[in-house]
Amino acid sequence: MTRDPVRVTLRVNGRPETGWAEPRTTLADFLRQELGLTGTHVGCEQGVCGACTVVLDGAAVRSCLVFAVQADGCAVETVEGLAGEGAPGREAVHPLQTAFREASAVQCGFCTPGFLMTALVALRERDDWDRAALRERLGGNLCRCTGYQTVVDAVLAAAPEVRALEGEGGRR
Amino acid sequence: MKTAPFDYVRADSVADALAALGSADDARVLAGGQSLLPVMALRLATPELLVDISRCPELRTYRREDGVLTVGAAVPVRTLELDPAVGGAHPLLVRTLRLVAHPEIRARGTLCGSLAHADPAAELPALLLATDGEVEVAGPDGPRRVAAADLFTGPFGTALGEGELVVSARLPLPAPAARWAVDEVSRRPGDFALAGVVCGLELDGAGRCSSARVVLFGVAGTPVRAAGAEQLLLGERVTGAVLDAAAAAAFDGVEVVGDEVHASADYRRRAGRALVRRALAAVAEDRS
Ligand SMILES: Cc1cc2nc3c(=O)[nH]c(=O)nc-3n(C[C@H](O)[C@H](O)[C@H](O)COP(=O)(O)OP(=O)(O)OC[C@H]3O[C@@H](n4cnc5c(N)ncnc54)[C@H](O)[C@@H]3O)c2cc1C
Ligand code: FES
Ligand code: FES
Repeated sequence: MTRDPVRVTLRVNGRPETGWAEPRTTLADFLRQELGLTGTHVGCEQGVCGACTVVLDGAAVRSCLVFAVQADGCAVETVEGLAGEGAPGREAVHPLQTAFREASAVQCGFCTPGFLMTALVALRERDDWDRAALRERLGGNLCRCTGYQTVVDAVLAAAPEVRALEGEGGRR
Repeated sequence: MKTAPFDYVRADSVADALAALGSADDARVLAGGQSLLPVMALRLATPELLVDISRCPELRTYRREDGVLTVGAAVPVRTLELDPAVGGAHPLLVRTLRLVAHPEIRARGTLCGSLAHADPAAELPALLLATDGEVEVAGPDGPRRVAAADLFTGPFGTALGEGELVVSARLPLPAPAARWAVDEVSRRPGDFALAGVVCGLELDGAGRCSSARVVLFGVAGTPVRAAGAEQLLLGERVTGAVLDAAAAAAFDGVEVVGDEVHASADYRRRAGRALVRRALAAVAEDRS
């Protein structure tokens, strides 16, 4: 029992990572500040905006509503894990990322990492989303720029390629 | 905002959890954290010690036995929602869960945590009350059961004592003859209800109502039974006129609480009556 920092070990995007966290450090802050993975964004810190969404042991969760100590020993996927190895020195972006760019589903980009991780899990859950059901499935993520239509377009457009990629075991 | 500092202990058994809860003046149970973390981030709570039950193996199970679904305190509600066996046994539970927050929050939030938190706008306390459920509690004075009708004492208030832990929730499965509906008015899907209702009817062979349950949530300090509506339904054929009368009487004796941010008492009462009418019609026509 302690309020001093304790060691926390996670498997992040397939790689073991260890850092120190006070009990009150959220998973979001641990990823950003201790592991330097600043792709996960922090907006409201109270579960409302979805910017901090990551995949924890297969489920999309709010990383601002999980203490890092609670996740010790778990597997975390973050937006940094989406892009794979491309040509030498370059990353190959994930089909969801390509679809977001092509559909103009990114404006300021603050909400984008959260949407990408939510969408990834939504497409793992099923790949036959209709527009109305997908809108509701993504409804926990807020965006102040795009008006959402293009985000839904992007996720629907990416579905076949994401399915193919996930079928190969994803890029984990 | 960040939470204030606290001590943390992970409980691997109910015995561990009770010992830890007894070891500090201001210890709190941490289950899914989906209500507690926001409350702590806003510094509305600054507990000294959090006792994390979220990975406690004996609390991570649920089972169906003798017509009751018993759900351990560390089971995320998303697990229940995605289990076809739960959907088959208790479709009303799954329909209710889909009204609670968003999938990302349901992936960690627990049924028992929602009951212990006792938000007056929450769906699950109303479900427990409507279906005569109860919670199993462990504590310094031994185990006990608390029926839904005795559990909720006010906004965010329960009959749980100092150092007590909800071990599981017991949800009686709806009788095959009963028809149930759940519905709510909220600004967006996933938001808390501005007014909500869980209702169930049983009809006898002659089409008369032999049992009626109407429970309102999001309108008062706790979930409440709409006794006025229930009385008007009992023994009657559920015609449009009877449903009109029941909906009109749904708020009789209910102390409606409004606020300036979300919705006034008047709005909640009017929206609530319309909602009761709609939900009862769905049940009566069995298109819930
Ligand atoms: C953006 C957002 C939207 C939401 N929308 C809704 C909604 O529409 N409807 C709704 O009902 N809820 C909503 N919630 C709340 C969510 O459903 C919570 O998960 C739930 O209310 C609490 O469950 P938990 O397991 O996360 O509990 P925690 O947050 O871990 O705990 C909540 C409280 O209960 C106590 N507690 C927890 N478990 C036990 C136990 N076993 N024994 C004794 N005490 C215990 C804790 O000490 C704490 O005081 C929302 C939350 C967020 C962040
Ligand atoms: S920062 Fe986590 S939901 Fe907004
Ligand atoms: S792109 Fe700016 S918040 Fe979504």
